[in-house]
Amino acid sequence: MLTSDKVDDTGTTVRTAADIRNDFPIMSRTVHGKPLVFLDSAASSQKPRAVIDTMNVYYETYNANVHRGVYEISEEATAAMEKARVKVARFVNARQGKQIIFTRNTSEGINLVAYTWGNANIKAGDLIILTEMEHHSNLVPWQLLAQRTGARLEFVPVTDDGLLRLDIYEQLLQQQPKLVAFTHVSNVLGTINPAQALIAQAHAVGATVLLDAAQSVPHLAVDVQALDVDFLCFSGHKMLGPTGIGVLYGKRELLEAMPPFMGGGDMIRTVSLRQSTWNDLPWKFEAGTPAIAEAIGLGAAVDYLTALGMQNVVRHEQELTGYALQQLQEIPGLTIYGPPAALRGGVISFTLGDIHPHDLASILDQEVGVAVRAGHHCAQPLMERFGLAATARASFYVYTIKEDIDILVQGLHKAMHIFQL
Amino acid sequence: MSMDYYREYILDHYRNPRNYGKLEQPTVHAEDSNPLCGDQLGIDLLIEGDRISEVRFKGRGCAISQAAASMLSEMIEGKSVEEVVHLGKDDILEELGIDISPARTKCAFLSLRVLHRGLAMGGFEKPPTDDNEEE
Repeated sequence: MLTSDKVDDTGTTVRTAADIRNDFPIMSRTVHGKPLVFLDSAASSQKPRAVIDTMNVYYETYNANVHRGVYEISEEATAAMEKARVKVARFVNARQGKQIIFTRNTSEGINLVAYTWGNANIKAGDLIILTEMEHHSNLVPWQLLAQRTGARLEFVPVTDDGLLRLDIYEQLLQQQPKLVAFTHVSNVLGTINPAQALIAQAHAVGATVLLDAAQSVPHLAVDVQALDVDFLCFSGHKMLGPTGIGVLYGKRELLEAMPPFMGGGDMIRTVSLRQSTWNDLPWKFEAGTPAIAEAIGLGAAVDYLTALGMQNVVRHEQELTGYALQQLQEIPGLTIYGPPAALRGGVISFTLGDIHPHDLASILDQEVGVAVRAGHHCAQPLMERFGLAATARASFYVYTIKEDIDILVQGLHKAMHIFQL
Repeated sequence: MSMDYYREYILDHYRNPRNYGKLEQPTVHAEDSNPLCGDQLGIDLLIEGDRISEVRFKGRGCAISQAAASMLSEMIEGKSVEEVVHLGKDDILEELGIDISPARTKCAFLSLRVLHRGLAMGGFEKPPTDDNEEE
C-alpha cells in the first residue's frame, strides 16, 4: 500500500496515503506548534482541494437557484446538482438517480423515514427491531415514532467482543417485526455488521429494513442493490464532502408510496389554497432551496473516492487498523473495545488506566497535536452496555499514515507520564 | 498555552477526592450532568442554621471536573451559606490554579453549577451577577 505507482486489479493506480495527503490543504497546518495529526474522521472527515474548489467554482461562476430559472447560470446550477445526484447514485449502485434524496445529514434521512414511512405504516403494538450499538440518530427517531404510534422497540444485544447477538436477532425476527433498523458500521466499536445477511433474514419475515450507513459509505464499497436494502442513509461530511448535505436512498416503490416530509417550494406539482399535489421523486422530499453548493461538492467527493478506488480505501484502512491495534495493545493499562481487526473498520475506542478520556484527548491535543474524539460518541446505551461513561476514539481515513499512529502512541506515553502511570 | 492542567495537586484531588460520597440525611441534594461528555455530579449539603456543616459529592468525570468538585467541597464546608452563595467562577479558577481552555470550562464549573442549584432548592438563591452560569 505504501509503495507508489502500483496498479490494482481494476486498473486503478494505487496512490499512497502520503501522496493523497497533499490533496488536503488542512494537513499542512499546525496545532499548538505541532503538525496536525487528525484522527477523528469518524466524526467528520477533512476535505480535498477538489471538493473545496468545486464549491468555490459554483459560487464564483454559476451561483443561482435551481429548478426555476430559465437563464443560463440557473440551468448550469440545476444541471450540476442533478449530475451530482447521478454520481451519488452510481457510487452506491442505486438503479436510478431519483432514488437519491438529498437531506442535510444521516439524522435527517432517518427522521424522514420515521415520520413519513413510519407514520403511514407503523401501528400500535407493531415491533421495531434496533440494536444496542446504535448512534442516537438511529435510536431517538424510532423512540419518537414508538411514542406517536404505540409501537414496541426491541434491541439486539452486543457481545463483549462488540458483535451483534445473531441468535437473539433470529429470535426477535420470529415476532414478525415491521421494521429493522441498524448500523452498518459501529461508530464506537468499528464493528462491520453482516448487513446483507441481516437484511435477507428481515425480508424473509416481511420486515422493511433501514441501514444507517454513515460510517460505511465513506469507507466500504456499498452496493444498495446487492444489499437489497429498503432505506439507506449517510452524510456527505464524513466522506470528504461538505457539511449540510446527506443522502437518503430508498427503493422506488417505497419512496413513491410515502407522503412528503416537509412542505414548501420545489416539492409540489400544483398548489391551491387548501390543497396541493406533489412533485415527482426525488423532489417530493426536497422542500425549499436545497444545499446546492454542498450537493455539487458531494459529487466532487464521490469523484475523488471513485478515482482512489473504494477497494484501495478498504485495503488502506484495514492495514492501518491492524497496525494501530498492534501498537496500542503494547501500551500497558490500555483497553481496546470492539472486535478483532478482520471484523472492524478504521475506528478504535479505548481507555487508558484511570485517565478520563477527556483528559487524554486534552493531553494528546496539546502535547502532540493529535485530534481524537472523547466522550460517549452519541451512543450512550452502548457505553452503558460496556459499563463506561466515555472512551477515547481514534479513527482513520484515506489521508491517515502510519506516522500518525506512531505520534498517537507517543502522546499516550506522555499522558501516562503526566498521570504518573 | 502549556499543558499544566494536570499538576500534582489536581491529580491528587482526582484520585483521592475529599468529601466523596453521600450524606444520610442531606438538607438538599442536587445533581447535574454535562450532556456532551456524560460527566455526572451530585452534591449533598447539610445546612445547620446559616452554615453548611457537611458536604459530600459523588460523580464521574474528567480530572478537571472531579478535582474542581473536591476542591469546592473543601472550600464550602463550615462556611456560611451567605458566603457560599456568592462563590463564582473566578473562585474556582483561583483554587484550581490553572488556565482553562474554553472547551473545558464546563468541566471546571460543573460542581459550582450543581452547588448553586442545590442552594436554590434550599431557598438560597444566588444573586444575579455577570458570571451567572446560563442554564
